[in-house]
Amino acid sequence: MQVVSPVREPLVTGKKTYHDVTNDICGRVEEKPSKSWLLAMAVSLTALAAGGWALGETLWEGIGMWGLNRTVGWAWDITNFVWWVGIGHAGTLISAILLLFRQKWRMSINRAAEAMTIFAVICAAMFPIVHMGRPWLGFYWALPLPNTFGSLWVNFHSPLLWDVFAISTYFSVSLVFWYMGLIPDFATIRDRAKGISKVIYGALSFGWDGAARTWSRYETVSLILAGLATPLVLSVHTIVSFDFATSVIPGWHTTIFPPYFVAGAIFSGFAMVMTLMLVTRKVYKLEDYITIKHIELMNIIVMVTGSIVGVAYITELFMAWYSGVEYEQYAFLNRTSGPYAWAYAMMMTCNVVSPQLFWFKKIRTSITASFVLSIVVNVGMWFERFVIIVTSLHRDYLPSSWAMFHPTLYDIGVYLFTFGFFFTAFFLFAKFFPVINIAEIKSILKSDSEKTATVKTVAENVNE
Amino acid sequence: MTDEKFVFSSTAKRRLLILAVVGVVLLVIGIFTTMNAGGHEAVEAAGHGADAAAGHGAEAAGHGEVAEGHHEAGWLQRLYANLWFHNVYFAGIALIGVFFVAVQYVAQAGWSAPIKRIPLAFGNWLPIAGVLMLVIWLVASHDLFHWTHKELYEVGGPKFDEIIYGKKAFLNTGFYLFRMVLYFALWYTFFRWMRKEILQEDLTGSTQHWFKLIRISAGFIVIFAVTSSTSAWDWILSIDTHWFSTMIGWYVFASWWVAGLAAITLITIYLKEQGYLKMVNSNHLHDLGKFVFGFSIFWTYIWISQYLLIYYANIPEESVYFFERLNSDQYAPVFYVILLMNFVFPFLALMTRDSKRHVMFLKIVCSVVLVGHWLDFYLMVTPGTMKENGSFGWMEIGMAMIYLSAFLFVILSNMAKVPLVAKNHPLLEESLHHHI
Repeated sequence: MQVVSPVREPLVTGKKTYHDVTNDICGRVEEKPSKSWLLAMAVSLTALAAGGWALGETLWEGIGMWGLNRTVGWAWDITNFVWWVGIGHAGTLISAILLLFRQKWRMSINRAAEAMTIFAVICAAMFPIVHMGRPWLGFYWALPLPNTFGSLWVNFHSPLLWDVFAISTYFSVSLVFWYMGLIPDFATIRDRAKGISKVIYGALSFGWDGAARTWSRYETVSLILAGLATPLVLSVHTIVSFDFATSVIPGWHTTIFPPYFVAGAIFSGFAMVMTLMLVTRKVYKLEDYITIKHIELMNIIVMVTGSIVGVAYITELFMAWYSGVEYEQYAFLNRTSGPYAWAYAMMMTCNVVSPQLFWFKKIRTSITASFVLSIVVNVGMWFERFVIIVTSLHRDYLPSSWAMFHPTLYDIGVYLFTFGFFFTAFFLFAKFFPVINIAEIKSILKSDSEKTATVKTVAENVNE
Repeated sequence: MTDEKFVFSSTAKRRLLILAVVGVVLLVIGIFTTMNAGGHEAVEAAGHGADAAAGHGAEAAGHGEVAEGHHEAGWLQRLYANLWFHNVYFAGIALIGVFFVAVQYVAQAGWSAPIKRIPLAFGNWLPIAGVLMLVIWLVASHDLFHWTHKELYEVGGPKFDEIIYGKKAFLNTGFYLFRMVLYFALWYTFFRWMRKEILQEDLTGSTQHWFKLIRISAGFIVIFAVTSSTSAWDWILSIDTHWFSTMIGWYVFASWWVAGLAAITLITIYLKEQGYLKMVNSNHLHDLGKFVFGFSIFWTYIWISQYLLIYYANIPEESVYFFERLNSDQYAPVFYVILLMNFVFPFLALMTRDSKRHVMFLKIVCSVVLVGHWLDFYLMVTPGTMKENGSFGWMEIGMAMIYLSAFLFVILSNMAKVPLVAKNHPLLEESLHHHI
């Protein structure tokens, strides 16, 4: 017997029945695309096309189209790469780590968060590939192929190569995990569908029959994948942080980087989940599944991870001073008061100060505030990577080569392209796939919905 | 529903007393053997010192000094280093007890409702740890902390150290002691506050206390987040005064946290075997086992992140820390044993579901993990204070027995003062039906 204490708030409101859940979620897939969806798609496709032109120019002319120079050999490309990979952390965190911690509230948001993960990782992977200049040869350069294939054996000492392994593993496991979860829901849609969509969803559901044995296999595979995914969540951003931290560049080489990058990634990933879920919730009228409680809990995670990142920032600053190493000290002095001080201030305000607003219950349960702050957080996280990367490079050991970085139209354009891709993919997902995990929501309907008699709201408890 | 109360039996008290007495005997034996062997070791050490000085460069001054003072005070310095690392270790476990309770409230965890009084009792050690820390520091700071020597700060003096001079704003006796007192005052205040609210709940039965505890716990976690790092800088990092690593704060936290979790698990099992905690079954033990398993991996993650990055970049200012530990016959074995005890063993032993649900496995693994992290603290403190003259033997083992017995005596006698299970905890029912 499972008991849920009356002090807990329900996770599904509106006295839903099993049939209501099916209708509410499948209905969005079955109905004709709404005007707002078509408009959103049009905007995303425009961004994709405009960015596509910048990307095409970059591929045709070479990466000289970007604002890179001899001193700053890495700027927006790697910033965007780390930013997107970071966003791609929330999905698997929600489905694997929150699963291990038995957080049932994850069930309303895991599907969309996993989809977001997959699209974000694709966006991220684009940047190193484009940065190769001749991406059609990337296959030979990035994979450990013997020299007879016409390329040199890869450098196993380089964290950039570890990145190739970490991210491709992470992507594969996340994709399989996400698709596995979709199978029973596709079957639900198939069973209600007619005509061509019955064939398509039938194929997508791999002939799911809902038998006890099928469910048992499904549970086993889910558990194994969750076990695999948990270390992967940590490994990906750890290795991304190694790209910088294994070097001897002041401001990059610092031992706190791995856990601090992971915390930052979860921070930005949750903020992006928030941005997307608030829109989806409104457009699809899913207020009973993604409740204010869900929003509040996500905001608390944003606040906690933002504060962890804040502790890391302060630690870095302190250690740079404490170390007594002149180069370290200068790197941080330059960050905080040099020509990029505005970017540093931006990062500190958005990432450390703004999440502290969530200490107020009014703010963390306000939809408008959550939406605004979720975007502020991701702006801040972009600046964090920009600050780390550009301020450490632009004034290197040789003052005669000091330089500034100025993005060109093509830097901006390629970034825009990834936005176009990300939102196009997400809107397609939201239209044609069930955005909430129907089967999992049904599994907690008995214990955690408003319908069950034992559940009282906190307000009632307080009044007692 | 349940009204259990722990009785601190005279048998248990006697056992702890025997443990302490044996500890004292071993400590005394250790001190005598060290005193007698002192002359011989010093000659050897001088040779080592010359070798090491060539390799170390910046650290050479420090080595010379230790070698000089060795004749009179070798055993005394070892005793101080010994006291210091034990005190940091046990203070950490006490602090982790309070942190664990706070995390349970903030996360609104249901499963842990009947065992929370165990980690809560850990907090009773905090004032004792604080007083001991202060006394040891006042007596032994010159032997433990290189930076406390005045001549290092005399500009133009023969021993002037520019790097340490640059750290003066942070590493000075006044500010250091202020911080030490502040940490313990904050931790203890919050512990008392939480304890008061928790005991009130037993009397009134209102859920108000639970909601209030969530808020107090959040406040404690904020303070903990900052002070766990800064206290690690003070008590561990500043020993190797030239060395620095941004990770050290979280590294010390990870080590404390795993040790604390293992201690909570062991005491839960002990109470269970004595017939207490009727609500606790293999499902709760399974969760504790998962914690020890998962966070042993977490500790290893933090360990490898720090080690790998320093090894890879190979910057002398940083690698000196591992050089000192790995390039020594004395410390290198400990260095590897720690990895076996804190990662390889718990990782393999607690991998299966069954092993996390069986008392025997948990007892063995948690004991090994506790010893492993104890060695970890030994290795954080000793090489920096004793340099190549450090050693490991009866002194350390005896001291551990004394500390363990005192720690257990304090927490068990305090545990006996209050009900063992929070009978009005709003999530107790969930925990009663906990099944995983």
